[in-house]
Amino acid sequence: MLENYFPILMFILVGLGVGLGPLILGKLVSPHKPDAEKNSPYECGFEAFEDARMKFDVRYYLVAILFILFDLEIAFLFPWAVVLHDIGLFGFLAMMVFLFVLVVGFIYEWKKGALEWD
Amino acid sequence: MEWLSQLFGSYWQNVQMVGWTLVKIIAIVGPLMIAVAYLTYAERKVIGYMQVRIGPNRVGFWGLLQPVADGLKLLFKEIIIPTASNKGLFLLGPVLTIAPAFAAWAVIPFDGTMVLANIDAGLLYVLAMTSIAVYGVIIAGWASNSKYAFLGSLRSAAQIVSYEIAMGFSLVGVLMCANSLNLGNIVLGQEGGFWHWYFIPLFPLFIVYFISAVAETNRAPFDVAEGESEIVAGFHVEYSGMAFAVFFLAEYANIWLVCTLAALMFMGGWLSPLPFLPDSILWLFAKMAFLVFFFLWFRATFPRYRYDQIMRLGWKVFIPITIVWIVFVGAMMQTKFDYLFH
Repeated sequence: MLENYFPILMFILVGLGVGLGPLILGKLVSPHKPDAEKNSPYECGFEAFEDARMKFDVRYYLVAILFILFDLEIAFLFPWAVVLHDIGLFGFLAMMVFLFVLVVGFIYEWKKGALEWD
Repeated sequence: MEWLSQLFGSYWQNVQMVGWTLVKIIAIVGPLMIAVAYLTYAERKVIGYMQVRIGPNRVGFWGLLQPVADGLKLLFKEIIIPTASNKGLFLLGPVLTIAPAFAAWAVIPFDGTMVLANIDAGLLYVLAMTSIAVYGVIIAGWASNSKYAFLGSLRSAAQIVSYEIAMGFSLVGVLMCANSLNLGNIVLGQEGGFWHWYFIPLFPLFIVYFISAVAETNRAPFDVAEGESEIVAGFHVEYSGMAFAVFFLAEYANIWLVCTLAALMFMGGWLSPLPFLPDSILWLFAKMAFLVFFFLWFRATFPRYRYDQIMRLGWKVFIPITIVWIVFVGAMMQTKFDYLFH
């Protein structure tokens, strides 16, 4: 059973190699002539005005939280969807109760304006 | 002495097994690399003709060596690492973006028997891998320590996670029909002609999945993450040479990946559209190419969306549509129309 996962482990290592290989090759064959101007952060020809790690809109944070909530719902729906055929009407209704609670929360955040970007 | 030969024997077997697996992995990664390289060529050629231009036609016959020339050019360009950046993270970003785009192919079935790892949690593994890619984007944008890169990575991350929800919900619909997370079994559930393919009963989910896939890969018209007219190139603005090339390859590898998934889940994978024609891997390739063509077509046709419009489409349109359709399909499965959804 578990040996089926061994090729996956190898494939992940090969994937990392696909990323690292070009970087190492590029480092080996490309020129390397750094100077202060070239290595400064890019800002349309200006000196950088202030720290680049500036304040950012709180809505990005909100999206991240909502994503976690909804992604958990999906993680919960996956096993349900796989066995839906076996658990029948009762299983279906149980999930509908759960989805109802989820939708109430979704409507609440919508009305609160958490999804507005203007 | 006996335990030594036993140990050695199993050791030799393991080496053989590892070697054979490596050969199979290269048999997948090699053609994939070529497909990725020639997708960049196809994109320029297709968009060229759509805009009544010729596209690349200088390097090689019909410009066919253009990807090779591009690759060599990028290889000999300096990899600039900005002084203000976090060096380690800066180099980790591109690796973390491309590794999952390739690693996800481990469970893709190309044929009834042609699959590297036939695991039951196949779809879950693919979703896990595609979710990791967002870390590469965030790390790259943060480590660059540049305002454009930072803003681009924030936008990109928020967009990718938003559309991942719509994507996940539309895949739940497929699971309800297929009753399996094994990608091979999902395809086999669609046997018997194109009218058994899941895109017909799950049509709204198919559309939502495909448009979400365009947004997930940060492609036009959802490419505000690298909207060149406002934040130059977004999260990879500080990357040059091969470090940039890796991001570029990852984007096109991801396009192939999401199109392959769409072909497997909704269009019957390697199955032939008509029962009297033989099933073949060529059908899968044809479906992949067909779907990828839409990505190029979209880029040539649609103007870029505004960021608030993108978020509205993801949260206020796609998520309600998918939830309603999941409930509808679930309800129909409790009635005598159950057979329509299998």
